[in-house]
Amino acid sequence: MTSPATPTEAARAAGPCLACVAVGVSILAAVVASFAYLSIDYRGLFSGESARTMGKFIAEFYPPHLAMPFVAKTIWAAVQTLAVSAIGTLLAVAAGGALALPAAGRLGVVPRRAVRFLLNFLRSVPELVWAALMVLAAGLGPFAGALALALHTTGVLGRLFAEALENSPPEPELAIRNSGGGAVAAFAYGMLPLVFAQCVAYSLYRWEMNIRMAAILGFVGAGGLGAMLYFHLSIFQQAQSATVLLAMFVLVLCVDAFSSRFRRKLAPAYA
Amino acid sequence: MTTMTMALPLRDPDAKRRVTMLLVAVIVLWPMLVLAEFKPWVLFDAINLEVMSGFLGGFFPPVLSHEFLGRVMQATVETLAMATAGLALAFVIGAPLGFAMTHSLSISRIGPGPGRALGEFGRYMARAVLMLLRAVPEIVWALVFVRALGLGPASGVLALAITYGGMLGKVYAEILESSDTRPARALLEAGSGRLSALFYGLLPGSAQELVSYTVYRWECAVRASVIMGFVGAGGLGQLMDQSMKMLNGGEAGTILLVFLMLVLAADALSAGLRKLVA
Amino acid sequence: MSSSADVAKALSLQGVGQVHPNRHRALQGISLDLAMGERVAVIGPSGAGKTTLLRLAAASLRPSEGCLSLLGSNPWQLGTRDLRHLRSRIGIVHQAPPIPPQLRVITAILAGRLGAWSTWRAIASLIYPSDIAGAREVLARLDMADRLFDRCDRLSGGQLQRVAIARVLYQRPELILADEPVSALDPTLADAAIEQLVEQSEASGATLCASLHAVDLALKWFPRIVGMRTGEVVFDTPARKVTRDMLVDLYATEGALLPTQANDPLSLVLPIRVRGDGDPPSGSGSTSASVLPFHRPGPR
Repeated sequence: MTSPATPTEAARAAGPCLACVAVGVSILAAVVASFAYLSIDYRGLFSGESARTMGKFIAEFYPPHLAMPFVAKTIWAAVQTLAVSAIGTLLAVAAGGALALPAAGRLGVVPRRAVRFLLNFLRSVPELVWAALMVLAAGLGPFAGALALALHTTGVLGRLFAEALENSPPEPELAIRNSGGGAVAAFAYGMLPLVFAQCVAYSLYRWEMNIRMAAILGFVGAGGLGAMLYFHLSIFQQAQSATVLLAMFVLVLCVDAFSSRFRRKLAPAYA
Repeated sequence: MTTMTMALPLRDPDAKRRVTMLLVAVIVLWPMLVLAEFKPWVLFDAINLEVMSGFLGGFFPPVLSHEFLGRVMQATVETLAMATAGLALAFVIGAPLGFAMTHSLSISRIGPGPGRALGEFGRYMARAVLMLLRAVPEIVWALVFVRALGLGPASGVLALAITYGGMLGKVYAEILESSDTRPARALLEAGSGRLSALFYGLLPGSAQELVSYTVYRWECAVRASVIMGFVGAGGLGQLMDQSMKMLNGGEAGTILLVFLMLVLAADALSAGLRKLVA
Repeated sequence: MSSSADVAKALSLQGVGQVHPNRHRALQGISLDLAMGERVAVIGPSGAGKTTLLRLAAASLRPSEGCLSLLGSNPWQLGTRDLRHLRSRIGIVHQAPPIPPQLRVITAILAGRLGAWSTWRAIASLIYPSDIAGAREVLARLDMADRLFDRCDRLSGGQLQRVAIARVLYQRPELILADEPVSALDPTLADAAIEQLVEQSEASGATLCASLHAVDLALKWFPRIVGMRTGEVVFDTPARKVTRDMLVDLYATEGALLPTQANDPLSLVLPIRVRGDGDPPSGSGSTSASVLPFHRPGPR
C-alpha cells in the first residue's frame, strides 16, 4: 500500500472533511436554537383545545360564499389585479429600458456603477415593502401597487436588459455608425433587433410573476384581490375569504395555462 | 443596364398585422389604466407630498437610539429563527414526500412486477400533495394563520413549512432524477429496499446539489420571513410595518438598512456554504 | 481651396503605417492614390494587411503613421458632424455582413441611407419602410427581389452577403470599399455581384476599391491591381501588365496554387474578358514570364 502523495490526499483518506462536520453540527445547533428562541407554545399549539378551535376556523371556510353580486365583485377585483400587474410591468419596461443604457456602460464607467447600484437597490427591496411605501406616497388603492411593482421590476428588468446589451455583438451598430448614421438610428437598426426578442421574453416572464405579486400587494392596501382578502379575514368572514382565495387560485392557474402558449407566439426563439 | 422599376407600388405585407396589434394594445391599455387608477399627478398632491417628504425626511438621520437598535436586533434574530425553524420543518415535510415521489426509486421502472400499481399510485399521491402545498403563496397562509393563532412568528413558521415543504419536495425529486441513477438501480435490481437504495445509491451522488438548493431556499426563507412580518408574523417585517403605520420615517429607514444588510449577509453565507459543499 | 490635384483624389495614403495595440505591425510605408471613379483590386496572401488597409480607408481605424486623405479631407481632423457626413459618402462591404439576423431584408437595405436620413425618418421607417420601391430595385439587381420581406435569419450565407452588398448599393456612396465581398458566394454569383459593384461605380462615378481572394475575379473586373504582402505594397500596376511570375511571387508563402474561383491555376492561362482600357495585349515579356492573354471589348 503506497503512502499518500500529497497532504490533501492524506486528509481525504483520513475521513469526512472536518469543515463539513463542523458546519453540519452548527446547522443542527442553529435549528434547535431557533425553535427554542421562538418559544412557541408547542403544547398549547397542538393541544386538543387549540386543535378544535383551529378545526372550527378551517371549517368556516367551506362552503365559500357564492352569491352573484359578491362573485362579481371578486371577478372585478381579479381584473383590477391584472391591471395593476400590467401597468406596473409596462412602467418597469419603460424605466428599465431607459436605465439599461447607462447600466450597459454607454454613458461611461461612473454612470454605469451608479445606475447598477440603483437597480440593485430597487431589486433588493421586496415588492411588499415598496407597496407599503407607495401607499404613503400615492394613497391607498391599486395605483400604489402598480408603482411598487414598477419600482421593483425596474431593478430586475434594467439589469437583465443591460446584460443583454452588453452580451450582444457590437458590429452591426458600429457598421451603421461607420456609414454616417447617428447614435439613435444606429442603436435602433443595429443593436435593438438583436436584443428585442430576448427582452420581450424577460418582460413577459416578469409580468407573469407580477400577477401573483399583485394579488398579494393588496395586503398592505394596494387594492385588488389582496385587499379584499385582507378585509374579509379581518372581520372574520371566512366564507367570503374562501371565495377570494379561490379566485386567486383560478387566476394563477389561468396565467400558468396561457403563459407558455402566449410566450411562444410572441417570441419564438425564447419560449 | 438598368432594371425597370416596378409599376405597382409594393406594400409591406407585415403592415396590417402591426397596425392590428397596435390597435389591440391601445384598446386594452386604456381600461387597464383606468382600473389601476393610474393618476401620476396624485404623487404630487399636496397631502401626499407632505406625508411622503415628512416620512423620507425622517430617513436622515436614521434613528440609532440604543433602545430602538436593541429592538431591531431582537427582531432580526426572530426573523432568522423563523426562517431556520420554518425551513427545518419544511425539510421534515418535503424530503420524505420528495423521496417518495421520485422516479429514481421506482422499482416498476426497472421491470414490471406485482405492486406496480401501488407504487405508481403512491408516487402520484405524493406529487399531488406537493403541488397542493405549493399552490398558495406563503404570505396568504401567514395571513390566515395570524387570524387563527394570533400575531407572532408561529404563523410564519407554519406558512414556511407548508409552502417551502412543497418546493423542497419537488426539487429534491427532480435532483434525484437528474443525477446518476445507476448505483440506485443496481441496488434495487439486487433486491435492496428503497431506503437503502436511497441512502447508499442516490444520496452520495446528489448530496451536493441537495444541500446547495436547501441553502438557497434558506436564503429565500429569510426574505420571506421579513415579508410575512408585514401581515403580523413577527420579526423585522412586523416592526417595519408598525413604524410605517406611525409614519416614523427614521425607524423605517433604519429597519430597511438592517434588512438590506441582512439579505446581503444571508446571500454571502449561502454562497459560502454552497462553495464549501461543491 | 484645395488644388485640382487634391480634389481629384478619392483616397490618398502617404507613408501610412499601422501598428496594432498588440505590437503587431500590419502596414508599413503604404503610399497609394486613388482618383475619383477609379476601380482598384487589392490582392495578396492572408496576413498581407488588406483588411487593415480597407479599415483605414473607411476611417474606422486611425493610422499610427503617415497621412490619410479621404474624398479630399483628413477624416481625423474633422468635427463630429463633418465626419458623419464624410462617412455617409463612404460605403463598406464587410467580409461578414454586420446585419442582425432578426431584421427583415428591407430594413437591412434601407439602413444604408441612415447617414442621410433624419432620426425621425429612421424610426418611422422601422414601423413602415419608407422606400420599398428603391430597396426592391437594388435587390433586383442582385437577383433576390422576391426575398424583400423575409427575415435575414432565413437567408443563406451567400444571400446575406448579397443583402449587404445591396445595402451599399442603396447607399449610393462616392467611395465603395469592399473587404472580400464575395468570398461566401459561388463563382457565378460572385461574378454577378462584382459586376453589380462595378456597374454601380460606372453609373454613379463612385470609386471602387475591393480586396479579393480570387485573382481571376480581380483581373477580370478591375483595371488596376495592387498586390500586398506582409504589410507592404509589392506592386501597383494596371491589370494588363500583371504577369504570372508577379502573382506566383506574391503568393509564394501560400504554396504553389494561385487562389482563383475554381482554385485551378490553369484557368488563369485561359483567355478571359477584362473590362477597362481597350489596348490589345502586348507581346513583351521576359524569358520565363508569359503575359496573360486577354480579350478586350471596346471601352464602355
